Amino acid sequence: MKTVMRKAMVAAAALCLSTGAVGAEVVKVGVIGPFSGPFAGAFGTPFRQGVETYVAMHGNKVGDAEVQFIYRDIAGPDPQKARSLAQELVVKDKVQYLAGVVFTPNAMAIAPLSQSAKVPMVIFNASTSVVVSKSDYFVRTSNTLPQVTVPVAKYALDQGIKSAITIVSDYGPGIDAEKAFSKTFEQGGGKIVDSIRMPLSTTDFGPFLQKIRAAEPESLFAFLPFGPPTYGFVKAYNDNALEQAGIKFLGTAETQESDLQALGDGAVGLETAYFYSGAHDSPENKAFVDALKKLDPNAIANPATVSAFDGAHVIYKMVEATAGKADGPKAVDAVKGMSWESPRGPVTIDAGTRDIVQNVYMRRVEKDADGKLVNREFKIYEAQPDYGLTLGE
Amino acid sequence: MELIFSILIDGLAYGMVLFIISVGLSITMGLMRVVNLAHGVFAMLGGFFMVAIVSRLGLRPELAALLAAIGVGMLALPMEKLLFRKVYGRSELQQVLLTIGLVFIGIAAVGTVFGNSLLAVPLPEYLRRSVDIGFRVVPLHRLAVVAAGLVVLCGLWLLLAKTRFGINIRAAVDKAKAAEALGIDTSRVYQLGFMLGAALAALGGILGAELLPLEPYYPLKYLVLVLAIVAVGGMGSVFGSFIAALVLGTVETAAKYLMPEIASIMFYLTMLVVLSWRPHGLFGRQL
Repeated sequence: MKTVMRKAMVAAAALCLSTGAVGAEVVKVGVIGPFSGPFAGAFGTPFRQGVETYVAMHGNKVGDAEVQFIYRDIAGPDPQKARSLAQELVVKDKVQYLAGVVFTPNAMAIAPLSQSAKVPMVIFNASTSVVVSKSDYFVRTSNTLPQVTVPVAKYALDQGIKSAITIVSDYGPGIDAEKAFSKTFEQGGGKIVDSIRMPLSTTDFGPFLQKIRAAEPESLFAFLPFGPPTYGFVKAYNDNALEQAGIKFLGTAETQESDLQALGDGAVGLETAYFYSGAHDSPENKAFVDALKKLDPNAIANPATVSAFDGAHVIYKMVEATAGKADGPKAVDAVKGMSWESPRGPVTIDAGTRDIVQNVYMRRVEKDADGKLVNREFKIYEAQPDYGLTLGE
Repeated sequence: MELIFSILIDGLAYGMVLFIISVGLSITMGLMRVVNLAHGVFAMLGGFFMVAIVSRLGLRPELAALLAAIGVGMLALPMEKLLFRKVYGRSELQQVLLTIGLVFIGIAAVGTVFGNSLLAVPLPEYLRRSVDIGFRVVPLHRLAVVAAGLVVLCGLWLLLAKTRFGINIRAAVDKAKAAEALGIDTSRVYQLGFMLGAALAALGGILGAELLPLEPYYPLKYLVLVLAIVAVGGMGSVFGSFIAALVLGTVETAAKYLMPEIASIMFYLTMLVVLSWRPHGLFGRQL
């Protein structure tokens, strides 16, 4: 499938160039992400799949212009490398747009380049609030941490939960999540019994959960990075019978699709708040997932995939607005305030902040008809903006 | 009081996992003096083989675990012959370079074949529950690991102290030339010792999978952890690994209960203190 696609694209490119069609532009987009290394499974591969699914559904031409995606690998947070990759893409490969980026330090390193070269960048992940303000040409299609954390705190308050313990991994995003949850929960009259910060390299979460069990709050709010930490934590939550002890699990991305199947039956019943579930019931999502599976039957639709998919949509709109010419300010102006129906639900690019405003869903893990685990949405918090700005630090 | 019991129980369980994973490395490092940084690759392969056996052949998890450990041991044989033998007696740097190269190859190979996400190891039904002991709940699989660790400890002690093979290993470790002069086939001993170390690593990977989840980056992620235990316990000493694992595991667990933010630091601080006091580890030999 992919090689056929690629051959078709090469043939199309060759055709365009050979006929020297009038006004035909090749618009290059540089996608920077972890295509190898420990984050490839949760981010890099989904980024590529999201983009390729969009191209498969909409073709690679926008008007007379042909859009070409170039992928550059950066395995982890490495600001120096991020900056040099971006520079190479802009200067050597002459890309008109940049895209991707998982880690905040990488995005921050690219910001000055984007600003001075007036190259728009669509951020597929980096979820710290402040990132998108660092360049006038940054647009984000993923989410911010406060955006998804505030609804979960509100949900807890709605359920009549009065006390909580926050337990997060001791690093930037973890601390952001802890602060956003604590502020919202306390403002609503809840009590934060304890705030635990765990070392990032923790493998045995049992003692932490025992400690929480002994303190007997009504709920716990957790934030850990994807992969082994989340897996270990959820397992420990079940092994230590916290649910039976009446301590509710509140989280955000812990049950996201690429880790969900590995969590197993122990994950059933966990409630989290996030902006995308693979099981979201809408015609747009069905079309998206079908196209994704056609591209790669083993692909899993997770939040990173849909962020890249929507990012590709934003890029296509920018190319359309500038008729394939390199005009950063015009491109970004065209997408400010733009609303559309994404596979995740209705979304808008905020005209002021260029950040994404979207629904955040409370979901519960359930088994679907095929016995696979899915995040089943049961409550919608509509049009959530980035709360990082309003909560104030 | 309950806190102390909790710390001891959790520390024991955690320490046992660390012991099983590290004991294989202690044996190979002590036996062949090879800095085998690729030890984690065998542990990871053990887990991946076991999952493959369960899903493809449908065997019970316990049987699959045993077969996987044996399988990895068999895999270690050609690796010893073709690769490791070349660096016996060479400088540590050359050994490190070779074995780190193996780590990266292992990571890439497993990532390509099995994909980049986590692998869940299937537990037998009877181990999936937790037992309530009054003031807290203890997951059964942790107790199973403690039991397995004790079996491994006793088994290794019996092997090394009471069998001919054990005597041969100890002779080859102490004085290889003299052992050869006495007719002990040291290269055979090294081969078997290496296979044993790899099989133990595989077993450790499987039993420890609830704690250290299996994924392609496993060998690199937990390398420092395993090396720390071997260093603190003393190379070549099974009992040393056991004590080191328990001590380090309990210290880190206690810190998690009492001062969570510095739990990781306490682990390495303990290692620093022990090694300053006894540079060859608790039970290491002076060479």
